[in-house]
Amino acid sequence: MAPSLPTIQPGDVANAEKARAGGSFDAGEAVEHHGALFDYLLRLGDDSLILGQRLTEWCGHAPALEIDLSLANIGLDLIGQASLFLNLAGEVEGKGRDGDRLAFHRDVLAFRNCLLVEQPNGDFAQTIARQFLFSTMQLSLFERLTGSSDHRIAEIAAKAVKEVRYHAELASDWVVRLGDGTEESRRRMVDGLDWFWRFVDEMFQSDEIEQSLTRAGIAVDRAELRQGFDATVGNVLRDATLPLPEYPRALTGGRIGHHGEHLGHLLATMQYLPRTYPDAVW
Amino acid sequence: MSHDWPLWEVFIRSKGGLSHKHVGSVHAPDGELALRHARDVYTRRLEGVSLWVVQSSDIVASDPDQSGPMFEPAETKIYRHPTFYDIPDAVGHM
Amino acid sequence: MYTTELKEQGGKVAPVSIVSEDPELVAAFEARVAADEFIEPKDWMPEAYRRTLVRQISQHAHSEIVGMLPEGNWLTRAPSLRRKAILLAKVQDEGGHGLYLYCAAETLGTSREEMIEALHAGKAKYSTIFNYPTLTWADIGAIGWLVDGAAIMNQVPLQRTSYGPYARAMIRVCKEESFHQRQGYEIMMTLGAGTAEQKAMAQDALNRWWWPSLMMFGPPDADSPNSAQGFRWRIKRDSNDDLRRKFVDATVPQAEFLGLTIPDPDLRWNAEKEGYDFGEIDWEEFYAVVRGEGPTARERMKARRDAWEQGAWVREAADAHEAKRRARLAA
Repeated sequence: MAPSLPTIQPGDVANAEKARAGGSFDAGEAVEHHGALFDYLLRLGDDSLILGQRLTEWCGHAPALEIDLSLANIGLDLIGQASLFLNLAGEVEGKGRDGDRLAFHRDVLAFRNCLLVEQPNGDFAQTIARQFLFSTMQLSLFERLTGSSDHRIAEIAAKAVKEVRYHAELASDWVVRLGDGTEESRRRMVDGLDWFWRFVDEMFQSDEIEQSLTRAGIAVDRAELRQGFDATVGNVLRDATLPLPEYPRALTGGRIGHHGEHLGHLLATMQYLPRTYPDAVW
Repeated sequence: MSHDWPLWEVFIRSKGGLSHKHVGSVHAPDGELALRHARDVYTRRLEGVSLWVVQSSDIVASDPDQSGPMFEPAETKIYRHPTFYDIPDAVGHM
Repeated sequence: MYTTELKEQGGKVAPVSIVSEDPELVAAFEARVAADEFIEPKDWMPEAYRRTLVRQISQHAHSEIVGMLPEGNWLTRAPSLRRKAILLAKVQDEGGHGLYLYCAAETLGTSREEMIEALHAGKAKYSTIFNYPTLTWADIGAIGWLVDGAAIMNQVPLQRTSYGPYARAMIRVCKEESFHQRQGYEIMMTLGAGTAEQKAMAQDALNRWWWPSLMMFGPPDADSPNSAQGFRWRIKRDSNDDLRRKFVDATVPQAEFLGLTIPDPDLRWNAEKEGYDFGEIDWEEFYAVVRGEGPTARERMKARRDAWEQGAWVREAADAHEAKRRARLAA
């Protein structure tokens, strides 16, 4: 897959190819092949982690006290999912890394989240657009993963699917209210969806890693989730009296570590303590 | 630019078999979101299995100044209570 | 978290007069309170009782909401996934507590909107403690340990305060807060057992938060003119100085366990009174912070105003949607 973001330099591309096999560039971290399952678990965990991290930024600043509590609940669910997936990833890798090691000691190129979740919060409409698109996808993904042949993944999915159904419903409620609210809210909701539309395709892309796991019954074919997603999004946008955004050229790259500029800043903030005091336990 | 939403009263059934009990209130623009807000505010520690929300302004309440005529007449109707009646122990439990 | 009641202008406001009220009603009201009965929203109450309660409960609510900010400052930087989840749950709790308290105050006939506007206009106060900055991760530990510890001492007695909705809100708050102090102390223990840098961080946090924590209990009893009425009405249950002493006595051994030094050269055990003697609090600093001159007071207020103003379009949109929905149903 060609890198789609112009900020990536040729040297980085070479690194990213290595990253695909090795996962980390930190000095002292072993760079070795660790299998498709490890990579897949990072994708699942990083999606939840990065979106959860974004949602913590809202805490104390939401449009109403009740919304503050709702967003924190979603954030807590996502951080919980991230812990489960990343701990399992560490276990699968078998090199002694746990969820925290993976969350706080990988650099941009080793993160496997999709580009959508790393986008900034923007205003409330933009946050809701991101949540709506992501949770709608994640719901159908987790529904299918409850049947994964890897029982550990099936168990995490079974727990998380209930959380995510609520996220998807809450976000849909807000898309409808903002879309069919005031002129200003409608404009903001249109802008919010517009911002994220470039990143929708990536959520449904599959590659050799996922295809091999799908054949083994561990993962699910993301392409198969697309039809249901389009139907749900279509229904909610119709209720919200919103037009479907124009389809721009899709941006991809997150799954191989080619992220946008935002992720580096997010990680710099998130990882600052464990990076500054590498010997400390918190 | 500083408008807030209407107030809703929140009632929780803590487990099957019990009645809903008033626990507090939330602000919300409509019933659907009032339910979501009630869930997000009042059931974060497994407090319930069912929720009701009622817009506060829809509640009709008795007037505390009228509590005399409202409630005191019941005080003298002691024959409504089982302890009013003397039944010999020999009869057994009744 | 909690604030003791703060007077509007740096501490000196005369008790509100209740002489203009019907003496019979006042006597009946005071008899009910004295008999440990609860006063409920629609019951008759002296205007001064109502006003004092609105002020106290809303100050308490504001403190919870503003109190989300110093800890929220570390949410994006919590050093492990576990710490991040715990801190988010805790800060969320503070938001919930503010919400319960605003609702309790609303039963007295003042809307949340009015209270929030009073806060934003600088007319309402909140606890001075939240105007201090959180500089390091150890501050999150110190806040949980000291600030929540002080808050619990203030809040537990308020579960039996005379106003029913306030008492019920406090029962819920106290139940939920029981983990807050423990998580803070756990952070301090981890730092105390950690690297030299972590220990230094913990000591520095204690140095900065100790005195502001003592100030949380409010001015000395001699400067608390409303106390007598507050006690009679069961709005206030313990004196500021009593609670402060209790806090010091409970906290000093906890600091010793951590291997940390309380930043007070005058602190020593007094065997006679079976409690600690401690140094003089800088009341000038306290009153300055009450006046809004705390180190981060402006940032805190700006953050709250921004959230409220920038959220206005969201609240309006949801109302507009509901109005449209109702109109469609009626059509």
